[in-house]
Amino acid sequence: MSESQVALRLGFGLALLCGLACSAGAEERFFEVRAKRFAFTPHVLTVNRGDTVRIRLLSEDVHHGMYLDGYGLQTSAYPGHDGGLRFVADKPGRFSFRCSVTCGEFHPYMIGHLRVEPNTPFHLLVLAVLAVGLIGWGVATLRRQQEEPSHDR
Amino acid sequence: MTDKLFGLVDLNARLELTRFKPVRALFKSRWFPLAAVLVNTFLFVVILLACLVGGYSAGNYNFGIMIVWILWWVMLMFVLVPVFARAWCLMCPFPIFSDWLQRGRLLDVVPGRKPFGLGLKWPTRLRNMWLMNVAFLMTTYFSGFMTVRPMASFILLGLVILTAFIVGLVFERRNFCLYLCPVSGFQGLYAQFAMVEVRRKDPEICRQHKVKTCYLGNECGHGCPWLLAPFNFQKNTYCGMCLECFKTCPYDNMGFNLRPPGADLLVDNPRAPRKLDEAWKAFIMLGIAINFYLAFQGPWGWLKDMVRAATWSGFLTYILYHTVSCLVIIPAIFLGFAWLSKRFSGNREVPLKNVFTNFAYTLVPLGLGVWIAFSLGIILPNGSYLLHILSDPFAWGWNLFGTANFPWTPVWTAYLGYVQGATMLVFYLFTIAFGYRIAKQTYPTLAQARRGWTPIWAGLTALTVFFVWLYTG
Repeated sequence: MSESQVALRLGFGLALLCGLACSAGAEERFFEVRAKRFAFTPHVLTVNRGDTVRIRLLSEDVHHGMYLDGYGLQTSAYPGHDGGLRFVADKPGRFSFRCSVTCGEFHPYMIGHLRVEPNTPFHLLVLAVLAVGLIGWGVATLRRQQEEPSHDR
Repeated sequence: MTDKLFGLVDLNARLELTRFKPVRALFKSRWFPLAAVLVNTFLFVVILLACLVGGYSAGNYNFGIMIVWILWWVMLMFVLVPVFARAWCLMCPFPIFSDWLQRGRLLDVVPGRKPFGLGLKWPTRLRNMWLMNVAFLMTTYFSGFMTVRPMASFILLGLVILTAFIVGLVFERRNFCLYLCPVSGFQGLYAQFAMVEVRRKDPEICRQHKVKTCYLGNECGHGCPWLLAPFNFQKNTYCGMCLECFKTCPYDNMGFNLRPPGADLLVDNPRAPRKLDEAWKAFIMLGIAINFYLAFQGPWGWLKDMVRAATWSGFLTYILYHTVSCLVIIPAIFLGFAWLSKRFSGNREVPLKNVFTNFAYTLVPLGLGVWIAFSLGIILPNGSYLLHILSDPFAWGWNLFGTANFPWTPVWTAYLGYVQGATMLVFYLFTIAFGYRIAKQTYPTLAQARRGWTPIWAGLTALTVFFVWLYTG
């Protein structure tokens, strides 16, 4: 077996294990989110990939909305009338949920976060930065170079 | 020996765009950039009216707020500054009234006419970015009002226009733009990264030309309003791109060049030295970006309450934290890395101040990336409000373009984190590419440069990871 085939099989196996691990722990998660100008409480919801998420949105003052980035879901609530969302968190990463009903001057910045673990996009981006950085550092500092520092300012 | 950015683009490569006749004709016309300034003057009259009429209504449905803080800001950070340097200054309407009064006319030139106003010289001690640093930082104290409340924006814009006018009556030429305008400083700093520049073409022609018409002016144009010496431009920092030098040069020796990004970051000579005020501008911009992100795109309601002054104590605490983080904490952390760099390099001769100041310029590409990523988080979720306000600019129930009832539609927000992270990655690449070159300029030997670069590289990498965490973590 060639090196590339071994790497391919290892990668496939890891992905399978990861998928099994994620789906095995899937459960239903319920959150009661209170909206009050200009914040959601709790402001960060953390779930695992594959979880079924139920959100009950309550407003404590005026008409508020909740739009969930990435999932494209939306609900709204006003005092005495709750909103609700139910979905399977099948996309990993961090997504903002935003107030979708103009509720005052700071409305565009009324934001909360849904974190679907494992946060693969974040890990990949960090890896990319570190890889690029290490390559850049290596190219700059390790390669043999004849040149001398430039002082031709 | 040619120095190629990423091994691909020669950093000394230039493409002179003014060698193309239509571009040259445009730059030599007295109508340019005046026509753009006049269009923007009209636009800002509408913006001021909309802000005044809008009063205390929600900013996302106000023409003034949306055009200034969403469209203008995003265009500034996406295109105008990183590509076209100080192109905004070229078309900025704020100094038009003082220019008009000083010159006595808007379009043509009367050679030898004494400018109206006191024409005082700007104090020598204040010929730097410090005032702008303070002015911009203080302006951001009120970001929780001015970016969301039309009346607050009206007051801010009105104050800027009024100050530009008064300063233009007291001091000569464009001292307001040079040393006071809150948005001038960061444009100047980040314009060093820009992909265009205004420079003389043949230095010998300038040397032979004894009467410096680019500075003094002639019948074709005014002397440099920014009080610079266009015949010896080294950096974009203070060039407002008014293009008067293209009009006044009798030899057509001024060029508008396309260039690789970041070329100015390597310029450090007695005529255009790296300076502490510019370094602090880089720290301040980084600090503001962090604090703005936490307050405006973060989920922390208590911080939003502080920024919008829900309570006085909260607001004052925010001001204190904002000031200290921008002026003290970030520079102090950077000083720590500069000290480590000097220690690692083994060099005892290079002053720590030089190490600190030089490496601060690595924050120009990184800071620009941070601001572009931040601006993505503003425009993608909120851009669709623009369609509403364009159709109904004064909230009078108009529907000029049939889009007044267009619903709020976030665009690509599913990918926002990815795009912000990718932006950071791209600008991090520029940061380390220029950082290593700056290390080679800072230390006298290659071995010292390599050793001295390592702590700075580690710090910049950690900073980039921090921002990736902020945007996606």
